[in-house]
Amino acid sequence: MAVKRGRGVAAVNYPTGMNLGGDPSQALVHSTPTGSFMVTLSSVDLGQGLKQVMAQICAETIGVPTEQVTIDTADTDTGPHCMGTFASRGTHRIGNAVIQAAKEARQVMLEVAAEALEVDAADLETDGTGNILVKGAPQKSISIFDTALTAHFKLGRSISGRGMFLIPRSYPEVETGAMKPSTCYAHACTVAEVDVDDETGEVTVVSVKNVFEIGRALNPRMVEQQLVGGSWMGVSHALYETTEPYYPNRDHGGTDFNEYLMPGPGDLADTEIIVLERPAADGPYGAKGPGEMCANPQIPAIANAVFDAVGVRIDMLPITPERILRALRDQRAD
Amino acid sequence: MPKVPVQFTLNGEEKAEFVDSGATLLKALRDKIGDHSPKGGCHQGTCGACSVLVDGELKLSCLVLAETCQGASVTTAAGLAENGVLHPLQRAFIDGFAAQCGFCTPGMLMAAKSLLDRVPNPTRDDVVEAISGNICRCTGYEPIIQAVLTAARANSQNAA
Repeated sequence: MAVKRGRGVAAVNYPTGMNLGGDPSQALVHSTPTGSFMVTLSSVDLGQGLKQVMAQICAETIGVPTEQVTIDTADTDTGPHCMGTFASRGTHRIGNAVIQAAKEARQVMLEVAAEALEVDAADLETDGTGNILVKGAPQKSISIFDTALTAHFKLGRSISGRGMFLIPRSYPEVETGAMKPSTCYAHACTVAEVDVDDETGEVTVVSVKNVFEIGRALNPRMVEQQLVGGSWMGVSHALYETTEPYYPNRDHGGTDFNEYLMPGPGDLADTEIIVLERPAADGPYGAKGPGEMCANPQIPAIANAVFDAVGVRIDMLPITPERILRALRDQRAD
Repeated sequence: MPKVPVQFTLNGEEKAEFVDSGATLLKALRDKIGDHSPKGGCHQGTCGACSVLVDGELKLSCLVLAETCQGASVTTAAGLAENGVLHPLQRAFIDGFAAQCGFCTPGMLMAAKSLLDRVPNPTRDDVVEAISGNICRCTGYEPIIQAVLTAARANSQNAA
């Protein structure tokens, strides 16, 4: 009886969004009288940072500082349609809708500025700090603040835009079964190192080394935050989490999250995160959905590491001491 | 339900309320006084989201009866900032991206404050031990551990 070390590797190809009746998200953008921009959504920020990233996307598209943008995720009864914040779809689907809405608003904004400056709208550009300039003659300019005032008080226009992003439902081809159930795949690879005690069946994760290919990290610190937390969740799924009973039947199972096993701060593996940026052609500024993908490769990597350590294939999650000991017993019986 | 008068200091301010006999401190803080910084997670003392300091000692406010706090000094996460300046722990949590959904954060801050009040220069193991009664679903704990260590370093530099 001994503690044996094993190493496992796994890679995942992970979709963004899903394929129920189609996958739409919509967004509305409008300016206040003083040239701030409001993005109206019914998408929800769960703490992953949707509001921040949508503000960045809108600001980049219109050409204003991020602080000039307010995200209102008010209410699914009153906001534009969104399928929701799940399936790693938030940044990609909602981001594309925000870009479309912001482009339309920017076009109106430039038309208003063109009228105020008596030039052609196509000759205008934004400087990113709140001004609209004539290309090649930057001394001729108007602030976005004054542009909004002009639109509201002189021209009677609304600087606003609509964004409708839809991935239509994909049906399988009758002959081949081929279909496109989701889009914009992100990728990850994990190498996990574990110690397995073949007497107790206990698994200790020594290290988890992850590489994530996520398109473009629109907010690198928040992406890293997602990936660090996600990697831990993957370890948690692999070894601990289940709503099913451990021993011996449902009556002995957990009834709430107080009895739902997860690793605590004392059970952390040495974790490494590397981000590869390969901007996606159909992503908002190249982004893909890193949300769920980042919690997946650890699971098969740990299962493979357990096999490497003690030679048993566990094909049920979580990989509990009981499952390992039963598999070891079966292995000895063979 | 008979009401019981209770008076205590909350974040330096005198508070007096009538609470239901048997009401928890958590309920008194949130429903009576309107300090929503302690969160009600499990209501049975396992998640740590409701952590507060009572006379400097870390307590789970969901398990403390409000009436036992008569005359006590209660500190919550809402009282950490002074004159609009964030506590070093709050600053370190923000700078270190140590919160996502934020539900565990007030409890984590109070558990960490309790540690730093006793052990100004904690080891990593001290921090792990100190927050081991607080559950986080989002961060994987590492950013929280690092934030507490960062705040401790900032404190000791200020003291030096």
